[in-house]
Amino acid sequence: MAAATQSALAAEAAAANAAGGIAEDPFGSLQWPDLQREFFGQAPVEFDARVQVRAPAFAEDPLNVPLSVAVRGPHEVMQVTVLVDRNPIRRVLDYFPVAAVPGIALRFKLEQASPVRAAARMANGRWHIGGTWVDSSGGGCTLPGATRQDGSWSQQLGEVSARLFDSSPDPAAAARLRLRVMHPMDTGLAPGIPAFYLSRLSLRDGQGRELLRLQTYEPVSENPVFSFDFAQRPQGPLRLVGSDNNGNRIDRRIEAGPA
Amino acid sequence: MNIPPKWVGRGLTAFVLLVAAVAVFAQAGPASTSTVDVKAFDYRLQARALAEGVYVVEGANADFAPANGCNIINTGFIVGSDGVLVVNTGPSRRYGEQLRTLIRRVSDLPVKQVIHLNQHPDYFLGNQGFADVPRLATASTRGGMQREARAYEDNLYRICGDWMTGTEALLPNQNLQPGAMQFGGREIELLEFSGHTASDLVLVDRRSGVAFAGGLVFRERVPTTPHADIPRWLNSLEKIRSLKADVIVPSHGPVLLDREAMAQTQAYLQWLDSRLQSAAAQGQDINDLLRDGLPLIYRKWAAAGSEFTRTLTHLFARYESQALHPTKACNGSNSGANSAALPQNGTTVTGCEGMAQSMSVESPNHRGNPR
Repeated sequence: MAAATQSALAAEAAAANAAGGIAEDPFGSLQWPDLQREFFGQAPVEFDARVQVRAPAFAEDPLNVPLSVAVRGPHEVMQVTVLVDRNPIRRVLDYFPVAAVPGIALRFKLEQASPVRAAARMANGRWHIGGTWVDSSGGGCTLPGATRQDGSWSQQLGEVSARLFDSSPDPAAAARLRLRVMHPMDTGLAPGIPAFYLSRLSLRDGQGRELLRLQTYEPVSENPVFSFDFAQRPQGPLRLVGSDNNGNRIDRRIEAGPA
Repeated sequence: MNIPPKWVGRGLTAFVLLVAAVAVFAQAGPASTSTVDVKAFDYRLQARALAEGVYVVEGANADFAPANGCNIINTGFIVGSDGVLVVNTGPSRRYGEQLRTLIRRVSDLPVKQVIHLNQHPDYFLGNQGFADVPRLATASTRGGMQREARAYEDNLYRICGDWMTGTEALLPNQNLQPGAMQFGGREIELLEFSGHTASDLVLVDRRSGVAFAGGLVFRERVPTTPHADIPRWLNSLEKIRSLKADVIVPSHGPVLLDREAMAQTQAYLQWLDSRLQSAAAQGQDINDLLRDGLPLIYRKWAAAGSEFTRTLTHLFARYESQALHPTKACNGSNSGANSAALPQNGTTVTGCEGMAQSMSVESPNHRGNPR
């Protein structure tokens, strides 16, 4: 083994994986084999530094951990899935970039110290996975959010604030959309509060073309704020449609401002 | 834990002091940062005289860590003609008891009262060492301590472990009214501000011109912000500038016999406020801000590795919220709550004229979704 080169090892791992084996996890997480089986099944997976996941090393507020994902590389990205190994609910979201840059930023809930991963599914069906480790004092998924504690969630439910920016911190993008949807995003794991969370969001441009689509799950933070980047400024007015797991509908017009 | 390299930029400030009471003690200079005895759980507290009867007990200029026993605060005490007034009691029972012993070594007079300058944990978790004396804080600070005491205990036990053994929050037992008071022949002024927390006290000893500025002032240390409101904090610092005090004692960071710490904190908060505003106005995220990090001058300060990250978590959502614009509902109603609460199967959209209506949220495309 000592003589084996890095690439030979990688090829070996890939071959094992292709044959239904488990890819070797750079974090050595005990949850990884399970995670791979549950979320990727028999699909080929590889760990790839071009799937960049950024988060602080420590979760100051386990209910609001800032996360940014960027996927660099030659392939077209069909889907980005964010997973947290040691959360009681491990899937945070599925993002379908459609006409957007395959990167996203949001805040999520972290129950305990864990690897946080982004898996990008390429057009060829292969998953490329990146991650980072976030330490935590714990409790992010099992505590009620601030608007549950003060009861203010019901006054603002479903309201959307947004802004289309003419630039982006991502040098490859020409525009960034940030949007916030007011929603308590209850995980169902805080005592006495059933699961109540946004489940689908879709963004359309002025011609009704879908720009991007999201499936969101319980671990997305309360009153979620998302950032999306675009290679070209989309034609407005934009429209955000979606719903939560109780069937409440979101349907908002987002002014894109002067082109 | 991120423990930044020790950096104590002392000696930059010449002690040119005009107040005689202070000048006598100026030669002593700042005590070296006390190094704790980890095995014996001994904080090795030292009382340093800033003026006649006015003492500061300096903590490490760092982040909470086992290596400093979570002692990162500057506490103090003032000796009057008939007793001692204690300013803050430190992070743990051990600290409180060791502070009490230290005071006894300095003065034979009894401890008459304790004053807490704000609601943060290291301002009162040493109270068990002062269970027999009146402990005063503003009503707002007492409320904050009551709300958060358990979380403070959990957090410090988690970080500092056995240093905390036996520590239980013993809350203040009297309301403090800001204003002037006589203490053993000394005139003490207590001024209430806000911004670092909801209630921030500054204690001024008129005779010596020493002001304990509490959490409003940091020196060579990135300020903590879990309860901060930056515009209010800056407003408070502006008012403190006119304070007649020659020595400003920060709660965190080295104590020098000057007012420099105030200007440092003010400059940092001004930078922070404008940085967060411009980041929000450019569509940046917390991770974008983290990648850029602090300006070089602040990276040298204590706790730079962790405190800025915390600050962004505490404060950025407010700036972000101001930068986003409200949107209109497409069903003609502006109320998100109503539009979201009504079932609208097959509803014709009325508020987004001219917009395509090819919604498919009822049957999303599950293409490629492995769930």
